[in-house]
Amino acid sequence: MTIGVLQSAALGVALAAIAIGCGDASADDSVAGSGEDTASGELLVFAAASLTDAFGDIEDAFEKAFPDVEVQLNLAGSSTLREQILGGAPASVFASADETRMDEVVEAELIAGIPMVFASNTLTIAVPTANPAGITSLDDFADPPVLVGACAVGVPCGDLSAAVFTAARVDPSIDTYEPDVRSLLAKIADGELDTGLVYVTDVAARADAVDEISLPPGIDIATSYPIATLLDAPNPEAAALFVEYVLSDEGRRILTDHRFGTP
Amino acid sequence: MVPLVVLAAIASLLFVLPLLGLLQRTPWGDLLDIVSDEVVLDALWLSLVTSVAAAILSVVFGVPLAWVLSRYRFPGRHVLRAVVILPMVLPPVVGGAALLFALGRRGLVGEPLYDATGFLLPFSTWGVVVANTFVAMPFLVLTVEGAFSGVDRRFETAAATLGASRYTVFRRVTIPMIAPALRAGVVLAWARALGEFGATVTFAGNLQGRTQTMPLAVFVGLSSDRDAAIAISLLMVTVSLIVLVSLRDRWWPSK
Repeated sequence: MTIGVLQSAALGVALAAIAIGCGDASADDSVAGSGEDTASGELLVFAAASLTDAFGDIEDAFEKAFPDVEVQLNLAGSSTLREQILGGAPASVFASADETRMDEVVEAELIAGIPMVFASNTLTIAVPTANPAGITSLDDFADPPVLVGACAVGVPCGDLSAAVFTAARVDPSIDTYEPDVRSLLAKIADGELDTGLVYVTDVAARADAVDEISLPPGIDIATSYPIATLLDAPNPEAAALFVEYVLSDEGRRILTDHRFGTP
Repeated sequence: MVPLVVLAAIASLLFVLPLLGLLQRTPWGDLLDIVSDEVVLDALWLSLVTSVAAAILSVVFGVPLAWVLSRYRFPGRHVLRAVVILPMVLPPVVGGAALLFALGRRGLVGEPLYDATGFLLPFSTWGVVVANTFVAMPFLVLTVEGAFSGVDRRFETAAATLGASRYTVFRRVTIPMIAPALRAGVVLAWARALGEFGATVTFAGNLQGRTQTMPLAVFVGLSSDRDAAIAISLLMVTVSLIVLVSLRDRWWPSK
């Protein structure tokens, strides 16, 4: 047992050394610090649905830097994730699409340390390519014949959408409140809906099928993404490394590539 | 016989324990306020209407389908049967997406239909009924087809030799003989439709009063108001139990 721990500790050091050797200089200074820790095994990361593509890339880059860690992403609406964590899911890391959902997990005393904001996001009007319904602004959302989708109130993008509609003084005629932003995006991309409010990062992810109409300044309210390790994390060492990686320059670069704002 | 009883007891626990878990978390004090909320009443009404509609459609179309599958020998019969049963194994969300690709505004049949008439199934109550029927009818077809195959054909032959037309034989002899299976199939189909979530939210969307059934209200409620979600779940359980228990003697084959 002791030998096993020592061995994996040694392996961890070796891996950190490899990471330093291979990674670019900017990533090293932030990631190498915890290199002595034993980071191996499976790491279960609960991440908001809107992080699907960015965290997919971060997972790949992180596993390249720490080949002994097998990252498992559980992607769902932040509210669903919160529900799973409160219900005792064996998550090591929680990345939420807004601070409300994170705060509820903090209040339940399930978070180790303080959550760190690692990204921000804004909403935008998405339309299927070629914009068949001829949407030009948020005002078109009030037009009943137009098929409009929004995220359900109670999930971050739904709360944010409600704030946007209020700020723009638009009373939208919504045809469906989707349980998460990715299902909304899919229906717009398939042309089943004429328009909807999704994150700018989602439009970037489906640029093949979706066009974007920017919201006017003042209406483009931003949401913050906090990340934290869980108190009962089954894999605390890898969890700490992963959070550090997300906050590192390398993590930041990947997030920026996916059009997230970074602090 | 003791081992059998023990195994049966374990099986029962699997179903009783989650129910107890739900009861233990129920916000009894606010229960009446929550379940008399307009959102909940809309969802309850919509769930009852669409699940009953799905059960009726399952009988109208499913009984003939089961009969054809059971009585006719034609190429591709086994494939057709497998395709009909597919919604039972398919994740409902995939079923909903497949319905969208077929009947949506950009779908195989949906697009020409929409261009010609402006009629749109997704995001409408009819869309909910179609999604419910899609997941529910296989239960009826499977149950009834088994019964059709088990019918003693000599009764049908006897009726025919006494001058009954094929349709009369079907209506007066075959159907009464499969009645217990038909009842069971209807109850199964209705129950499946009542609990349907994935195909509905994918195909029909989620809008209060139009497409938001009870399971959808529970799911959306879990995001914002946990107590409400639990109260709605309890309401669903209660409605289902009342129906299943009261149907027991008259509908469900039992002694």
